[in-house]
Amino acid sequence: MTIIEFIIAIPLVIALAIGCGGSGRGLALFASWANLLLGSIVFCIVLVRGGGDMHFQSAHRLLNSPELTLGFAVDGMSAILVLLTVIVTFCAVRISPVIPGKGSGRLYYISLMLIAAGALGAFCATDLFFLYAFHELALIPTFLMIGIYGQGREKVATAWKITIYLGVGSLILLGGFIALYVQLSPVGGLTFDLAKLDPGAGEHPLSAEMQKWIFLPLLVGFGILVSLFPFHSWAAPAYACAPPPVAMLHAGVLKKFGLYGMLRVAMPLLPEGFEAWKELLLILLLGNIIYVGFVTISQRYLDRMLAHSSVMHMGYIFLGIACCNSIGWGGAVLMMFAHGISIALLFALCGALRERLDTLEFTRLGGMGGSMPFIAVTFGFAAFASIGLPGFANFASEITIFFAAFSGAGELGSLQVVTILALWGVVISAVYMLRAFRRIFQGECNGNLVLTDLEREARMPVILMIVILLITGLFPNLILKLVPDLLGTL
Amino acid sequence: MLPYYLEIYVVILGVLMLCLELFSGSRSRSKIALLGVFGLCLILGVMIFAVPAPGEGVQYWGIYHYDQWAAFYKGLALLATLLVLVMAREFAPVFKKYTSRDEEASGLGEFYCLPVFVCAGLMWMSSSKDLVTIFVSLELVTMGFYVLVAFMRRNVGSLEAGVKYLILGALSTGFLVYGIAWTYGVSGTFSLEQLAVILSGDDIADRAAIFAFALLMVGIGFKIAVVPFQIWVPDVYQGAAMPVTAFLSVASKAAGFIVLLRVVEPFLSAPSLREPILHLIVFVVCATLIYGNLAAISQKNIKRLLAYSSIAHAGFLLMAIPAIGSVVTVRGPDPHSSIAFYLAGYLIMTLLCFLVLTIVRVGTEGEDLVALEGLGKRSPFLAFAMLVAVASLAGIPLTVGFFGKFFLFNIAIQNAMQSGLWIVVCVAVLGATTGFYYYFKIIKAMYWGGGASAEECAELKVGRLAIVSILVLLIAVFFLGIFPGALLDLSQ
Repeated sequence: MTIIEFIIAIPLVIALAIGCGGSGRGLALFASWANLLLGSIVFCIVLVRGGGDMHFQSAHRLLNSPELTLGFAVDGMSAILVLLTVIVTFCAVRISPVIPGKGSGRLYYISLMLIAAGALGAFCATDLFFLYAFHELALIPTFLMIGIYGQGREKVATAWKITIYLGVGSLILLGGFIALYVQLSPVGGLTFDLAKLDPGAGEHPLSAEMQKWIFLPLLVGFGILVSLFPFHSWAAPAYACAPPPVAMLHAGVLKKFGLYGMLRVAMPLLPEGFEAWKELLLILLLGNIIYVGFVTISQRYLDRMLAHSSVMHMGYIFLGIACCNSIGWGGAVLMMFAHGISIALLFALCGALRERLDTLEFTRLGGMGGSMPFIAVTFGFAAFASIGLPGFANFASEITIFFAAFSGAGELGSLQVVTILALWGVVISAVYMLRAFRRIFQGECNGNLVLTDLEREARMPVILMIVILLITGLFPNLILKLVPDLLGTL
Repeated sequence: MLPYYLEIYVVILGVLMLCLELFSGSRSRSKIALLGVFGLCLILGVMIFAVPAPGEGVQYWGIYHYDQWAAFYKGLALLATLLVLVMAREFAPVFKKYTSRDEEASGLGEFYCLPVFVCAGLMWMSSSKDLVTIFVSLELVTMGFYVLVAFMRRNVGSLEAGVKYLILGALSTGFLVYGIAWTYGVSGTFSLEQLAVILSGDDIADRAAIFAFALLMVGIGFKIAVVPFQIWVPDVYQGAAMPVTAFLSVASKAAGFIVLLRVVEPFLSAPSLREPILHLIVFVVCATLIYGNLAAISQKNIKRLLAYSSIAHAGFLLMAIPAIGSVVTVRGPDPHSSIAFYLAGYLIMTLLCFLVLTIVRVGTEGEDLVALEGLGKRSPFLAFAMLVAVASLAGIPLTVGFFGKFFLFNIAIQNAMQSGLWIVVCVAVLGATTGFYYYFKIIKAMYWGGGASAEECAELKVGRLAIVSILVLLIAVFFLGIFPGALLDLSQ
């Protein structure tokens, strides 16, 4: 077994063990510690060996016709996302509460483990089928968790909405995948192997027209999963209702699957398909940044504001992808990492605030900084990271993406115009994030609430995430140089 | 050992069980079920050693054919019957209420024997190569079901179901016989092999042959529950006892598809008949997929929901039929083995589903979705088993249901690329999407439904045999969802 197979197997085995009667929290903590360690080792090894090649390859042939292989490998992009997953999983498990009641807490930790295993499997799979299947494995526990352990009166309705919405999105995606695999398989056989799928290999090289029509379901499917405007309406209520660890894992990690899929499958395999829909994508991502940005400003509750801000930032990543050059894609991957950590941090703190307060409505909050200095300071860091202040990874990624949009451009094309407009998004995020900070932590404290600061158990993950954001912000090359030159394969 | 001894063993087992019933006390009949379960296990074990190598087959009297394909369906029949007996044993308390007086269980003995005889019919059918043999074995299966459906004789719903099934079943049998007569009239033979040769010849009466096929299709369509012959399904599924419903949805469907695959091939291989018959089938496929999936959405009774879903599954299975006898070779598994794979997967997930429902039904009154509410808290294990079964029915990856659907879609898409039958693919995609909705309704009820708290509800009693069966089926769903090759190789 390779180390990658271990990383994926550990949460699965632990989930099984919890199901058979093990202690939920203890085993999950053990698994997340082990994975944090192994994930960091993988990241370091890939860092040393270079991100351009596939490392730790393994393959088990399951079916000959069509060719189906249970195979895993990591290149630089996968290694970055594996690192992101293990960090966020560790923090999510660490801040998870001890669930009272016999047996019912098990489902909670089993679901967390399955989400982690699914995300890791999806990021490492070398086979189109398993790429899709592992993502589904992570999605279903997410739905269950929101419905069972979620908060608010509308949790069941929200869980039902996200189930149907993302379920339909996955099916659209599956349709695109099947078309892709039928059209791109080499002559004489069908294969799911991503390395063997190639636009030129089919019986007839894929025409631009065909690429265009296969790209569309992929764009819509991935778009729904990533909450691309106008398919974003599931995200805000879902994150507001989800228990904090699930919001962290979904917004931080699982949502990145759609972007990963764009970079791994859709863009390299269907370059002409992308060209056909480029203008549309640019308009949609501007919708994410500007329209959703204004929606975020108008939010009255902290959880909904954070959820919308997460949707908004997806626009930048799409912008990086749409640049279609290696700088832009590097920036997009860095942003996936940075956004994953920062939004997880924000949701963790938001969860801590919710535990302590009976409402998250801005107008009824204020002056919390005095009684909860640790939360206030760390929230400040997280807010600055999210805005994209220099020193944090988010800044490095945003600036890379903006540079990428102008690199090599002789004149002002649609991409450049969209980028100039998108720059205003930074101002928008500054407005809502700073306002939120001021309304919650500064000013007069109404009521005589006796509030405790963040408990010791939860401080460590919060500090860990801030440190990682700072390290990757000050040395973005750690991540950027790992991003393989995916364009080289075009 | 001669292969047809297998059927004889099954019949002997059934007779033995009847004898045991004669000598057992009136309090408990679960020994009979146990005898049946272990007997069937034994026969299954014997059969595994007698499976012929791929491509090899033996024939007897020109009507009985034993090859790997037949052995596959015999295995399915044995497995289904075995699990139904396990289920029936769990269901005994409910049965008692509607069949016997007070605490007695005297009415239960026959109930365990009938599925065994049905199984013998199914096994014989999977070997028949002759229209008359097919008809006789199909009737053996159907006769058994007439009794089984109406078995809870003090329950009005069960009686209603029995009457409906009997009348419509008899009618469809009439059509089937009439179709066989027309086929004989056109070709002068009952043998399917000769039929293929004669139909491909030049001098046959096209119209008469198509008419014969249409009549056959009415009869078979009733068994596999395709539109427009599906009217009986929801009422009968709802009225029959839980194990019978399970058996009906698995065995009756498998039986119908064995016959359909045997009968349709000679007709589709005939160049002059192919075109009109394809039109007929495409219409049936689309109508079935649309009706089954849309009607399932609004169901509140879980058995009715599964009834409509079973109609929808028949639609998915039919998708592969147009590719049979086609000149285009399909890359990947061929239609026959894809359908066999799907039926096997359908058996596993449906029986898993019904096994859980049976246990829940014994502990709870009512068969509405409401009865499932709170199952996630009440019994996490059963809820998880149900979750897996339902996810598999919906076709979520890593379960057997995904590959079942995938192989069929694979065939339909490649067929569409050659012949332009995209309408089938489009309707099927919409159907699968709809399926996602109504199957998740079950999950929603189990985990998110209010329901009574764990303390308030009576604990669900689960027999040891049932737990083992559920575990085996659960593992099978995942195993075949990751290693589909294991089953696919058997069915080729």
